[in-house]
Amino acid sequence: MFPFSSSASAPLAHSLRLPSPSPLPPRTPPSHLYRLGLPNFRRRLLLLRSVSTAVRAMASEGGEDPRLPRIASTIRVIPDFPKPGIMFQDITTLLLDHEAFRHTIDMFVERYRDKRITVVAGIEARGFIFGPPIALAIGCKFVPMRKPKKLPGEVISEEYSLEYGTDIMEMHVGAVQPGDRALVIDDLIATGGTLAAAIRLLERVGAEVVECACVIELPELQGYQRLGGKPLFVLVKAA
Amino acid sequence: MACGKDGEQDSRIGGIAASIRVVPDFPKKGIMFQDITTLLLDPKAFKNTVDLFVERYIGKDVSVVAGIEARGFIFGPPIALAIGAKFVPLRKPRKLPGEVISEKYVLEYGTDCLEMHVGAVQPGDHALVVDDLIATGGTLCAAMNLLERAGAEVVECACVIELPELKGREKLNGKPLYVLVESR
Repeated sequence: MFPFSSSASAPLAHSLRLPSPSPLPPRTPPSHLYRLGLPNFRRRLLLLRSVSTAVRAMASEGGEDPRLPRIASTIRVIPDFPKPGIMFQDITTLLLDHEAFRHTIDMFVERYRDKRITVVAGIEARGFIFGPPIALAIGCKFVPMRKPKKLPGEVISEEYSLEYGTDIMEMHVGAVQPGDRALVIDDLIATGGTLAAAIRLLERVGAEVVECACVIELPELQGYQRLGGKPLFVLVKAA
Repeated sequence: MACGKDGEQDSRIGGIAASIRVVPDFPKKGIMFQDITTLLLDPKAFKNTVDLFVERYIGKDVSVVAGIEARGFIFGPPIALAIGAKFVPLRKPRKLPGEVISEKYVLEYGTDCLEMHVGAVQPGDHALVVDDLIATGGTLCAAMNLLERAGAEVVECACVIELPELKGREKLNGKPLYVLVESR
């Protein structure tokens, strides 16, 4: 089905995005995505080609992992949620497809199992779904990064910006130590604000953030630019 | 309780119980909060926890694992992946996009609401409900109601920890409850 076979045992990080000097051109969401009117519960999610030359070069080396179309096809797009104009990327339909969910976890595990990761930090709440299976498979700690006042005992807090106002993310004191090598997981990266807060929390306690990993990226929002130079790995880019 | 075939406690339980941290007076005075985050920091304890549930449910025709937000999201998915079941998140109001069904339930003061996606679960599905802890049983009861309203059969409720004094077990409409650790 695919013209290129991966020579390396680990799948290519073909969605790996390094900070790009030029912004992506604005793009309106294709209207056919939500006007398809499929009777089926699932909708098709476009797999975008990367526009960065660095990523394009990597993608052409090995071709697309054959598991990705299945993963992408299980993600449902809900228009106007949580408010008008937002096309919400719903991963709950991915979780209903056992094989797609398995593939998603496998792709992250294959990438990180030999990277000496000692902690997976998952962002509440959908990061709690993807983070623990990865942590279990690679044999490392799982640390939940939570909204305020959810974690009992001593915490450290990090404020971050929202579209309107701010929010706070908390992590337990003592969960992570200097020298820990951390992976930050969430289902999706939009503006990157939440991931950036998680990175700051981990770095404040002396951990090294190795990478941020998400199932979905919204590339137009250029969240990868806000990760303090930390690399981002995603499986699917959404229009 | 998790027991071996002779009725003895499974040897993994001790390590699991020891990894759970009790935080006094959280979220308010008088409550001894059972904190599973320290279990999650112990890869062996976390793996043993998941394995105990998986060993119980694998091959038992469980087609859905429903996890209650948010700590049920930590334990439910690894179980679902291992036994080949769908994972369905049961969430606080207005978190799930698209069409949902809602179930109200009673808190100590006031009420709360649990939601599930329409179409996630079908008649004929056999469901396992997972949360980190059962206290009064109110949340688990709401979860079971949602699943049954969608036509699924709830096979069992599974929690890491039970607070037996709160008698949540009795509120599950006769459905069985499986826990690894009792906390008194």
